Amino acid sequence: MKVHEYQAKELFASYGVTIPRGRMAKSVDEARAIATELGGTVVVKAQIHAGGRGKGGGVKIAKNADEAVAHAKAILGMTLITHQTGPEGRVVKTLLVEEGLPIEKEFYIGMVLDRSKKMPVLMVSPFGGMEIEEVAAKHPEALLKLPIEPLMGLQPYQARRVAQFLGLKGEPAKAAQKFAMALVKCYLETDASLAEINPLILTTDGRIIALDGKMNFDDNALDRHPKILAYRDLDEEAPLEVEASKFNLNYIKLDGTVGCMVNGAGLAMATMDIIKLHGAEPANFLDVGGGANLEAVTNAFKILLSDPSVKGVLVNIFGGIVRCDVIAQGVVGAARQVKLTVPVVVRLEGTNVEAGRKILAESGLPIIQAQGMTDAAKKIVAAVGGR
Amino acid sequence: MAIWIGKNTKVVVQGFTGREGTFHAKLCREYGTQVVAGVTPGKGGTTHEGIPVFDSVHDAAKATGCNASLIFVPPAFAADAVMEASDAGMGVIVCISEGIPVNDMFRVHAHLEKTGARMIGPNCPGIITPGECKMGIMPAAIFKPGPVGVISRSGTLTYEAVDQLTAVGLGQTTCVGIGGDPMPGTNFLDCLTAFNADPATEAIVMIGEIGGSAEEEAAEYIKKHVKKPVVSFIAGRTAPPGRRMGHAGAIISGGKGTAQEKVEALTAAGVHVAESPADIGKTMKAALK
Repeated sequence: MKVHEYQAKELFASYGVTIPRGRMAKSVDEARAIATELGGTVVVKAQIHAGGRGKGGGVKIAKNADEAVAHAKAILGMTLITHQTGPEGRVVKTLLVEEGLPIEKEFYIGMVLDRSKKMPVLMVSPFGGMEIEEVAAKHPEALLKLPIEPLMGLQPYQARRVAQFLGLKGEPAKAAQKFAMALVKCYLETDASLAEINPLILTTDGRIIALDGKMNFDDNALDRHPKILAYRDLDEEAPLEVEASKFNLNYIKLDGTVGCMVNGAGLAMATMDIIKLHGAEPANFLDVGGGANLEAVTNAFKILLSDPSVKGVLVNIFGGIVRCDVIAQGVVGAARQVKLTVPVVVRLEGTNVEAGRKILAESGLPIIQAQGMTDAAKKIVAAVGGR
Repeated sequence: MAIWIGKNTKVVVQGFTGREGTFHAKLCREYGTQVVAGVTPGKGGTTHEGIPVFDSVHDAAKATGCNASLIFVPPAFAADAVMEASDAGMGVIVCISEGIPVNDMFRVHAHLEKTGARMIGPNCPGIITPGECKMGIMPAAIFKPGPVGVISRSGTLTYEAVDQLTAVGLGQTTCVGIGGDPMPGTNFLDCLTAFNADPATEAIVMIGEIGGSAEEEAAEYIKKHVKKPVVSFIAGRTAPPGRRMGHAGAIISGGKGTAQEKVEALTAAGVHVAESPADIGKTMKAALK
């Protein structure tokens, strides 16, 4: 799960990771109040779950409260388009208003899971403001990667290496050590999957502060973090994905015209791939679960058919333990409930497949049956007018 | 011959008296697996489906000599169940449960390192040595004994591949579903090493997907050590970056973990990579000619 910058910073602060003074605002009035309270230069930042906000015009510096109000008016409600939002952009509904700080230097600090080492890794670079992938590719010598023993956390000697690598001495070095210790603790204790601060800054008066903040969390651990779960912002998710999540369906909206309904994540991806291979584009990823029962299939059909770009649906079910006749009954029952408006190709395989195919054939529904994935892909591509 | 499980594997089922545990333990037993014990804390001393139930894996091991565990415990308690099995000396631990937090898996890995137990999963269909032993939820009918070792991060896509292999007349030594999580107990490398050393395995099917770099690491190993033909399919060529495709581990992040990179690494290592998921069986048949 992703959270907003202001939410990540709230969590940072609760672990002693130093952040600028400031607060979240939902309205121009709130923004004015915060800017007045902070006094002096403030920064008004659009809160959306995407990077590149500054370039898109979502981050503005204001010399005083009046300027802050003007910026808040302009940014709240705007459709912010960045390289991460896609061409449709996101409507800004929340701002972060915080103090402007005098910057001496910018750095990078971040933490992610290193899957092959089976450990989180803390990454530090004196190149702040640059994408870390770019730093890794162009200046690998300027990237320090410290594997963190997750059961022990960051050790003081590692924290000293962080400060040293950033070229810090004296009080700023000590501040950076404390900062790194707090950040690692925050990452580990919140079941984060990503914590990234870019830029991390050294102020002209020697303080180390998280100017930006990004955190992602392990979806499997959210149950033990009700506070973080409450940070979920449904406005940041595609409406159909929100709807699907209510039914425990794994659905991801894509740009094509072939709706897919598949049991199992790997087979669902493979089904998308084979549609593309035969000349059309998948409209979605959808895993209805290994069992593919009537309720799941019905809900899945409803979601697929409510996407106006779907010109046809491919149902690909490899019946495992669940028999194909049971699945076929589910598909027929669901198709009757939702009133099919587009061609549907069904490929069933597994135990009792003959009985399953018979149920589909005798249903009277306009279901096109397919044998094997290639046949299914060809039939659905033809049905939606692909090649 | 096969890898890790066979006729002599004696299985304890953790989470035995639950709905899933009961259902699949019965199917495993019907397949011929020696299911000798069940564990459900608080229900020790009873029998369920004619199999003795114990309070702990330690008790089960002492009474029945079980040497492998099959786990159907809810995700919040699954890590603990794996560690209990590991502590009780189970050599093979198959964890079906989906949804174990990464932080819990750190503790599990630390435990497994101490005991040397082999964990398969979590979030996987299990492992099967056709004709001998099934520890998992896979549909038994599609598997046949034969010369191909199968490794996969996916469940139903494995069934698809195995069905194709069986249809072209190629049975399997052992099929291992390593699961869709980012830090599986057993990875491609472990399986490749074991299949490479297994004289009965003449060829290997490896089914990967987007996310992480396990396929690239496997390609390195294959290039250096594996002389047997390897056929692969990588799911997710059409997956968008930054989105988790169902499996916790199936995500392209920071531009890394794309299907393209994996296909290139495997192809460079001499692996026969099937373009279409429908061609896995056919590709293997051709590779073995």
